[in-house]
Order: sequence, then structure tokens, then C-alpha cells
Amino acid sequence: MDSKVQALKLALSMIDQTTLEGSDSPGKVKQMCYKAMHLHDALPGLPHVAAVCVYPTMVRTAKEELKGSGIHVAAVATAFPSGQADHETKLLDIKYAISEGADEVDMVISRGHYLNGEFNYVYDEIAEFKSICGDVHLKVILETGELGTLDRVRHASDLALAAGGDFIKTSTGKVQPAATQTVTLVMLEAVRDFYQRTGQRRGMKPAGGIKTAKQAIQYLVTVNETLGSAWLTPDLFRFGASTLTNDILMQLVKESTGVYQSSDYFSQA
Amino acid sequence: MSTTTAEKTAPLQWNYAPAPESVDPKLRKRYDLFIDGKFVPPVEGNYRPSINPARETTLAEVADATAPDVDKAVKAARKAYTKVWSKMSGKERGKYIFRIARLLQERSREFAVAETLNGGKSIRESRDTDIPLAAAHFFYYAGWADKHDYAFPGRRAKPLGVCGQVIPWNFPLLMAAWKIAPALATGNTVVLKPADTTPLTALKLAELIQDAGLPPGVVNIIPGGRPTGAAIVQHPDIDKIAFTGSTAVGKWIQKELAGTKKKYTLELGGKAANIIFEDAAIDQAVEGIINAIFFNQGHVCCAGSRLLVQEGVADTVIAKLKERMATLIVGDPLDKNTDIGAINSREQLGRIEALVATGSEEGAEMWQAPCELPAKGFWFRPTLFTNVSQSHKICRDEIFGPVLSVLTFRTEDEAVEKANNTAYGLSGGVWTDKGAKIFKVTRQIRAGVIWANTFNKFDPTSPFGGYKESGSGREGGWHGLMPYVELE
Amino acid sequence: MTMSTRVPVQKTYKLYIGGEFPRSESGRTFDFLDAKGRHIANVSQASRKDFRNAVVVARTAQKAWAGKSAYNRGQILYRLGEMVEGRRDQFVAELRQQGSSAADARREVDDTIDCLIHYAGWSDKYQPLFSTVNPVASPHFSFSVPEPTGVVALIAPDDSALLGLVSYLCPIIVGGNTVITLTSEKKPLSAITFAEVVATSDVPAGVVNILTGYRSELLSQIAGHMDVNAVAYGGDNLEERKIIQSQASLNVKRVIFAESSAESPYAILATQETKTTWHPIGL
Repeated sequence: MDSKVQALKLALSMIDQTTLEGSDSPGKVKQMCYKAMHLHDALPGLPHVAAVCVYPTMVRTAKEELKGSGIHVAAVATAFPSGQADHETKLLDIKYAISEGADEVDMVISRGHYLNGEFNYVYDEIAEFKSICGDVHLKVILETGELGTLDRVRHASDLALAAGGDFIKTSTGKVQPAATQTVTLVMLEAVRDFYQRTGQRRGMKPAGGIKTAKQAIQYLVTVNETLGSAWLTPDLFRFGASTLTNDILMQLVKESTGVYQSSDYFSQA
Repeated sequence: MSTTTAEKTAPLQWNYAPAPESVDPKLRKRYDLFIDGKFVPPVEGNYRPSINPARETTLAEVADATAPDVDKAVKAARKAYTKVWSKMSGKERGKYIFRIARLLQERSREFAVAETLNGGKSIRESRDTDIPLAAAHFFYYAGWADKHDYAFPGRRAKPLGVCGQVIPWNFPLLMAAWKIAPALATGNTVVLKPADTTPLTALKLAELIQDAGLPPGVVNIIPGGRPTGAAIVQHPDIDKIAFTGSTAVGKWIQKELAGTKKKYTLELGGKAANIIFEDAAIDQAVEGIINAIFFNQGHVCCAGSRLLVQEGVADTVIAKLKERMATLIVGDPLDKNTDIGAINSREQLGRIEALVATGSEEGAEMWQAPCELPAKGFWFRPTLFTNVSQSHKICRDEIFGPVLSVLTFRTEDEAVEKANNTAYGLSGGVWTDKGAKIFKVTRQIRAGVIWANTFNKFDPTSPFGGYKESGSGREGGWHGLMPYVELE
Repeated sequence: MTMSTRVPVQKTYKLYIGGEFPRSESGRTFDFLDAKGRHIANVSQASRKDFRNAVVVARTAQKAWAGKSAYNRGQILYRLGEMVEGRRDQFVAELRQQGSSAADARREVDDTIDCLIHYAGWSDKYQPLFSTVNPVASPHFSFSVPEPTGVVALIAPDDSALLGLVSYLCPIIVGGNTVITLTSEKKPLSAITFAEVVATSDVPAGVVNILTGYRSELLSQIAGHMDVNAVAYGGDNLEERKIIQSQASLNVKRVIFAESSAESPYAILATQETKTTWHPIGL
């Protein structure tokens, strides 16, 4: 297979297909789940996405729709996106998501505490959430757009990995800037160094603002060249995105037909 | 007043008595090709039976035109164009077309019965829609024949020459009228191929054209299948192709004509969204939804086959729809009470069945009206799919049958986005009581005909045609003249 | 003693995509020589990817451009005319470099300006000309209006480098479409200078995109692109027409083979769709 097509299919398999809107409804989530399972039936041989990512109230619907598909359901929790709630509320939020059937939890760190220098508070919180999660995968959202410097990004990454986060994730998608290649490189380096220190492979998820197939390939190259091919799997690398999927599909169809595509031919949800 | 007597009587089981239309359709046993004003046998001598899809009985033997017949017809049309029709004043041309309209009005019931027998559509529709609209179309364009100077300010409109016209089986006579009337009014001559399953009313129209005294060769009608259509498209002496049918064939035609100077208009498929907002008059909307998808058994390119309902009223609308669908009368197309007639052909029935099967396989929930179907003939129950996803095949492909897919939406923007998320752009529907919203939404839908608080309305004065893969060019109204003229 | 003569600053000719002047992503250029064979410029040789990028920005810009008032679009076209007028000498000089006589060059610039002003005036007049209220027999209000077809690719004519481009471009954009133009490959300079005019005339980014490059390389990709609604062709080569129409059939693109570039509202109509809307009258 040509390396571009290979990369595009790999990228598809790494997508956390996301909807995080106040206006989300079971209807919208069902549509998205069907799309997640049938990315473009006209083009055979496509993988499915890694997960769908929704609010906790939508987990049950998603779980039911995706039954038997192998696609995970990820829930954002812990007072997503701001993290501005007391500790108890966040605990309830995460427990609710798990009880609804979430396979993965995307938590936000308490940026307020972090920026105040209360690193222990942030560390303890992550560690406690991980203990509640058990087998449920925990992704720790740093919201790098609010951290301000790359030094803090690196520091927060180290902290989240040490506290037990299965993945570190750049952003909620609600704050600008969201994922950038620079920030992603810094976080991948933290993952690399953590592996070299501990022998444990942890995952990385850039999220927000990754809209084109070209960007996705650039990220994959960064992963490959920073962490090596062992990380080129949905178990260790994800894209958090809502519109990336169709752009990749359009590129794949372009590769097979030879003509550039229009979004009219690709179902939106 | 006492009501005791009534109370004692058992509830009335009121079944409508059969009310078949009984006018004689005056069909011949055998139809030849109509070329140069005469009925002539086909060069290769092939005939095929034309059947009644409601009974699977043969109505007549119909000649099958092949390439040599196409060539004869084109020669006749060319001769008529050069020698007679292009030299005749618009005023005189118009009077011939007026004659056709009048003769058709006079014999409209007879044509309606023939249309229903051959196509399977209900007599109510052929009697009230197809034939009257066909006559109106001739009458409308007849009036344009001597008014070109007023139609195109600053330009002189010249006819193109010989037009090859290929039409579908869903509105056989009406489509013939849509094609022939504007072509003649603008001074062109015609070679028309009706669809292979429904040639009879077009051939009756040929008889009527003889009665009208139209000069020989101005209109030639040659039934046949796909090879006949291909021979018309490829004929070197044709100046313009007008086609109504599937998008796949339309694309083939556009490609086939590449590198030639032939003009073309294409009226192709559709997958129209019919959008029901929660502030719509719901009962009226339900009636509109029924008309949008079940009109003519759903054999309509502009059918409202994707129902988009706002989530707040979705349950209500679906419940009311099922209730209404259960009252639809499916059966003998000739019966005046019948709402839904027969599927046009065994082939089309197979296509509908195959697509509907994918709907269930892909996880949509199917509901069908619990009506009884006749034992013989081709039939399909009015069908509703809920829990439909935009990626489902039944939601993206044109089914061309009585099958409705229901999707829901939350916001106006989402409705518009979903409505436009298709390769097609023929038609659309919007139901709301808010005037400002009607104008906002109808402007955003990328389609050629939008019905607001109504659906499937047609008129010769009103242009019809699609955006995107639904075709190019317009038929009807002033806009319908343009594809048949060259502006100098 | 030596007198130093001033060394003139030469212009870099680049593409115009989304309101910016990038070089081709491919990094390629072709030589532009004047009639005497002297090197004048390295012209960017656009690739199919440059075209693809231009379609993306043209698609994004289209809705807002069509949504502007007709009055506003008219003023923007008029502004284009003003800007060309202000750069007459530059355009005349460039046309002469591309082989025109002084008189022809002056006439071509005059006609270009007049063409822009002509179409500026059409912005709010072609609609009533091509709209109808349809006297339908049933109790409905039915009306038909033109709407832009969307994103249009324009293969500009080879023979006249400035007027040829502008006379095909105006009817497309005045009607609310956005456009990606492949310029004359023999005379590409004035098209890029025209892009500078576009960039300073309140034309929103992405509405007009101008590519220089080889027709033989790009034609098939341009005509085949599934997100382009129409292709307008300013040439008369039958082989090229064949390529355009067969590729266009992939998504039933509108194909406009305009026989002349004469000013006319019918040229605007060529990249318009007709939308008919029905509403019941009464209860």
C-alpha cells in the first residue's frame, strides 16, 4: 500500500470522533455512532474510528449504538471543560460516566490550582481519578492553551504521567489555541522520557483544530520520529476531532478516483 | 330525540364499492414507429409487448426502434426543420401547438385511462394531474411561439435544429409534453423516445399530432430501450439532447457529448429533504409529507424522500404519519378511490426491494402500512424508515419508490446542513408558520424547486430543474425557452 | 568618475490564492521572455494542489460573497475599475512587454476598465431581468430567481491577457460566485498585476483566485474537481473542450463555452441557477 494511503487509514483508526455541544441530543449522537462504524461504505477496506467522545449524559446512547463494533465510548468528565467545580462534584461526574458505561474518561486538570503552583493538588486529583477508573482508560487534558508556556506544558505532562494518566491530551477544543504541533512535540517528548525512565508506554492525544488529512499526517510523522512506530496504534495515539474524518475520507477517495472531492458526497454525521 | 335504534345497530363496516374508470383508452393491438408523419414498421422488425403492471397483461405490441430507425427519424426531422418548420412564422407554429393542446383536452379521459393502464399510476393522478398538465404545457408554450422578440431583450432567439429527446416512465405523457412543447414553440423539430415500459400515451399523442395536421417530420416518436436512446445521443445530425432520467445516464450523456457542439439539458435524480419545523401546522405537514413521498408511488425525481423533523415534534409527526399511511388505499389503479397504484415494472420493484433490504440491514427501523396487496401485478407497501442515519444507503441513494426515510434535527442550521449534504439538488420542502424562516431556509437550500408549506406542485408557467447532480437547465416557464434557442 | 545609474526593483510574479500571494507549493516556475527574448520574470507554475487549495478558499468565501448586498458587490466591482484606472501606465507597459502595440495596449486597458464598470452596474439589475413570478393555475405564489451556482473555474482565453480575463471574470463574480482562474500561459503578467488590483479593492479573500500555469497539465484536474460547480472556458480548442466536458460529467458540472466575451447580462446568467419557490395562498 502506498505510504500516504497507509497513513490516512491509520489516522482514521486513531480518531476519537467527537461531539461536545450543549445542543447534543441522543439523535445527534446516534447519527455520529453510525458514521463511526460506517465511515464511507462506498470505499471498502476502511477501518473504524477508535472511539466516540461525548458528554456523560450521552454515554448510554453511544454505548448501545456501538455494541459489538469494537469502538470505545469516551466521556469527558470532571467539570469539563473548565474544571471549575469542587472535588466532590468532579468525583460524582467521573463515577456517573463510568456507571453509564464509558470505556474511557477524558478529564481536565484543575488549571486554577496548577497555575497557583498547587501541583500536589493537581497530582493527587489525577491519581484519585485514576484509582476510580480502574480499567477505564484515563486521558488527562492539560488545556495547553491556558498554561501559557511550553515549560509548563512539559511540567504538567510529566506530572500527569507520574500521577497515572493513561494518555495526556492537549486540549478540550473549547479554548484557543488548541492542539498545535509544537505543543504536541513537547508532550510526546514527555511520553518518550517517561518510557525511557519507567519502561511504560503511555498515550498521547492532540485535540482541537486538527481538521485536514495533511495535518494528521504531519502529526503521525512527529509521533513516528519522536516515539517510534510502537506508538503508531490507536492504543497509544489518538486524534480528538469532529471534522477531520471527512477530510481524510475525501483524500482517500481522491487517491482511488484521481479527482478531488466535495463534502456533498460524504455524510456529515 | 331518541337514539336507541341507532345504538342497537352494529357499528357500520363501510367498504367503498369499487369505482373503476370505464372510458375506452382506444389502444391499438400493435404500434409502429411514428416517423415523418406516418406510422412505419421498424427496420429490423422487432416488437415488444407493453404491459399493464397492475395485472401483468399485455396491452399492445410496440415497435422497437434501432439505429437505422433513429437515422430515418433524424432525417425526417432535419428535412422538416429546414424545409418547413424553421421557415414558418411563429404565429402559425403556435396555432399547431394550440391545436395539440385542444385535442388533448378533448380526449383527456381516454389518455388518462391509457396512462394508468400502461404505467400503473392511479386514475385520480393521471386524470387530475398528468393529462391536464400535459395539455396546459402545450397551451402555454403555444403562446410563446410568436413572442420571442419579447422574451430575450437585446437578442434574437434562433432555434437549434433537431432535438433528440429521451424521457422516463414515471410521467410518460407529461414528460413528452415538457419536451415537445417548448422545442416546437422555439422552432425546433423533434425525435422523441418514450421509455420502454410506457410508450403507449406517447404513441397516442402521435395519432393526435396526425389529427392536428402538424407537418410531417416535425415530431417523430420512436419507442425503444437504452440502445435506442444511445443511438439518439450519438447521432451526428442532432443539435440538442434533452434527457430526463437517472443521474448515471445523465453523466454518460454529458460525457458522450463532450467534444461535440451539441447542447443538452439534463433533468436527473433527486433525494429531496422535506423539513418539518416544530412551529409548522403539524396535521397539514403530515398531509404534505404523504403527498411528497407517495405521489405517483414515489416514482418522482423530486419526491420528498428524506424527512427531516425537528426533534421536539418527531414522535408526534411519526405517529400521525403512520396513522395516515394506514388509511392509504393501495390497489387497482383504475379505481377512482385508489391512492397508490402499481409499481411501474418488475425491474423497478426489484430495485426498490433491494434498497429497502439494505435499510433494515443497516439498522434502520422499517414500518409498512398494513394494507392488502393484489395477488397479481407489481406492488409495494407505503414504507417508513425511522432511526435512519445520514450514512445509510436509503438516505443517500434515490429509491424512486414509496419509501420514506425519517431523520431528526435540532436547529435550523443543522436542518439546512443535512438537507444540503447530498450530491443532488432538485427539490426541497420547508414547513413552518414563520414567514421569515421560510425565506431564510428556502434561500439556503441548494435545490431548484422549493415548496414551502406545500409539495409536488407543478405548472407549465413555473420552471423546474436541478442544482448539482440533479441536472442542468430548466423546463417550464420563460426559463424553459432558453435551452431550445441560440441567442444572437 | 562614474555616475551610478539607479537599478530598478523588479517584481516577483506569484499566484493569488485566498487573498495572499504565495508561490506555487510545487516550487516550480516558468520563464517569461519578452518579444526580444529577454528574461522578464519567473512566473509561478501552479500545481493541481495549488488549484485544490484555491477551491477550498473559494468554497469558504462563496456563501458570504453571495450574501453581500447586490449594491455592495456593484461597488466592489466599480472599485476594481477605479484601481485599474489608477494603474493604467503599469498595465499598458506590461501588455507591451507581452507583445501588444502601444495603441492596442491602451485600448485593452480602456476596455478592461469599461468592462468592470459595465458589470458593476449589472449587480442589482440582472435579477429582475431573469426572475419571474409564475402565474400558476393553482392557489399558490410561485416565483423564480437566479442564484449563484457556487464555485466556478475559469480557463481564461489565451489571446487577450487582461481584457480576456476580466470580461469572463466579471459576469461570474458579479452574480455571487467565487472563481479560480487559470490565466493565459502565454501572457500571464497582467493577470497577476490584476490580482494586486483585486487585493486592494475590497474584494473579500477567496472570491477571486488567480493561478498561472500550464493548461495542458491542469485542465483535466480542474474540470474533474468534484467541489467545483461550473467551468467556463475562454478558448476554442475542440480537444480541450472535450477534456473539460468529459471530466465535468463526473459531477454534472455546468460547462460554459462562451462564443464571445461581449458584455451581456446573459453572460451572468450562464453561472446562475434558477430557484423556484412555491407557497400556498389562503388557508
